[in-house]
Amino acid sequence: MCGIVGLFLKDRSLQPELGSLLSDMLVTMTERGPDSAGIAIYGADSGAEGRLTIQADDRGTDFDAVAARLGEIAQARVTAHRRDSHAVLVCPPAAVDAVREALERTFPEITLMSFGSNIEIYKETGLPSDVVDRFGIRSMGGTHGIGHTRMATESAVTTCGAHPFSTGADECLVHNGSLSNHNRLRSGLEREGIRFATDNDSEVAAAYLSGKMRDGADLGEALNAALSDLDGFFTFVVGTRSGFGVVRDPIACKPAVMAENDRYVAFGSEYRALAGLPGIEDARVWEPEPATVYFWSHRHAAA
Amino acid sequence: MRRLDLAETPLREVNAALQVPVSGETSWEIVNPRGAHALAVGLDAPIDVGIRGSAGYYCAGMNKQATVHVHGSVGPGVAENMMSGTVIVEGDASQYAGATGHGGLLAIKGNASSRCGVSMKGIDIVVHGDIGHSSAFMAQTGNLVVLGDAGDALGDSIYEARLFVRGSVRSLGADCVQKEMRPEHLELLARLLDRAGADARPEEFKRYGSARRLYNFDVDNATSY
Repeated sequence: MCGIVGLFLKDRSLQPELGSLLSDMLVTMTERGPDSAGIAIYGADSGAEGRLTIQADDRGTDFDAVAARLGEIAQARVTAHRRDSHAVLVCPPAAVDAVREALERTFPEITLMSFGSNIEIYKETGLPSDVVDRFGIRSMGGTHGIGHTRMATESAVTTCGAHPFSTGADECLVHNGSLSNHNRLRSGLEREGIRFATDNDSEVAAAYLSGKMRDGADLGEALNAALSDLDGFFTFVVGTRSGFGVVRDPIACKPAVMAENDRYVAFGSEYRALAGLPGIEDARVWEPEPATVYFWSHRHAAA
Repeated sequence: MRRLDLAETPLREVNAALQVPVSGETSWEIVNPRGAHALAVGLDAPIDVGIRGSAGYYCAGMNKQATVHVHGSVGPGVAENMMSGTVIVEGDASQYAGATGHGGLLAIKGNASSRCGVSMKGIDIVVHGDIGHSSAFMAQTGNLVVLGDAGDALGDSIYEARLFVRGSVRSLGADCVQKEMRPEHLELLARLLDRAGADARPEEFKRYGSARRLYNFDVDNATSY
């Protein structure tokens, strides 16, 4: 099982509603996976800010103190904006890598969920409705976002084992399915210097795509390469700084339905997830073809 | 006609009302389905049910006698294991439409995706658009008619079901071959197209079926299918 939702907005006037629309979509998919839930949300991208989402199990963590210490080490202004167990650190774009390194060395008990310029990831164990409320997702705006509710099969039910997985700047992936060659792929990626936070098969898929994009592939090319190199069942929805992509394995057992109109492109594991979107009655609704890459980009849309 | 609103009436109550139509009401309309699963399943009376919108998984599953008309699209497993009656889908159908069906007619006006008619056992399926890969896998008997194209591995490990495709077939599955279209097949196809309201001429289709090399076909049993 597992439930996936995704929403890529074309109409700017819908941007303030992104969190609310995505939350409703995800909560509708609760029956597909009650173990953990998560959302990646791509907010305003001014290019003037770097942001890192971090998470601490210790409820007493003083994120302001963490930000101050990281700022000292990275020699940059770092501020923290707390949301429940998570916090978004904001710093100058050029300082993101230095803050990441400082975080890893200085605060090993704190987990990095995402980094980049406009991505924020919030994920925890529990039902989608609880997770969405804890982080106040409904009040968040943005350009595109992805949500996942998990029925765990391949690895433990933990915060880090929740989706989305992020393995590159402003990149994230959610997965419905299970990969059969993830162990071998993981060793190959580890040899190239990529480090993994979990034993999860989906994290390997995320790292695989990040590796391809680091080598110069665009999202579409990376997803096409995944069709040759990944073995197993998958429906992936992938987010990047400006884009949103979908691919299903050639057998296509894992469900997927998409909708597009002038205002948005939407993805759901089931039509139920899309039924509440504005104007869905007249949108083009279709089932993505097996082994076929779909992607949309705000950059392309603007060009 | 009686109208049931899924925005107000729980799914189980809607299904219960349709399954045991004690009122003698023969015509029903369901509004606000919003992709609900298992809608209008297990019907066993000669009633007409119109669904205004798109339904989810297993719509009209196990149908007997009833006519279910969906004015929208359906999720996986529409008319699964249908015994008799008619199911019409105005939009598209997702995976395994009409799977394991024993009888009745399933007409899909849009496209069906993968595994359409998998293990069909006597149902007639007419798809006005295309069908996806692995359709009619292990299909035992009944007829699958496709006005558009078929995906990969059509009729893999097929038994005695008859497949009629007007468009292209991306590939045939194991033991599935193109067969001669004889007069009795043209007659059969004309009847199916007519029942499904499909505007196509039987002469435009090709017939596919089992080469009978993969399973132990005994000619003495030919009339059983």
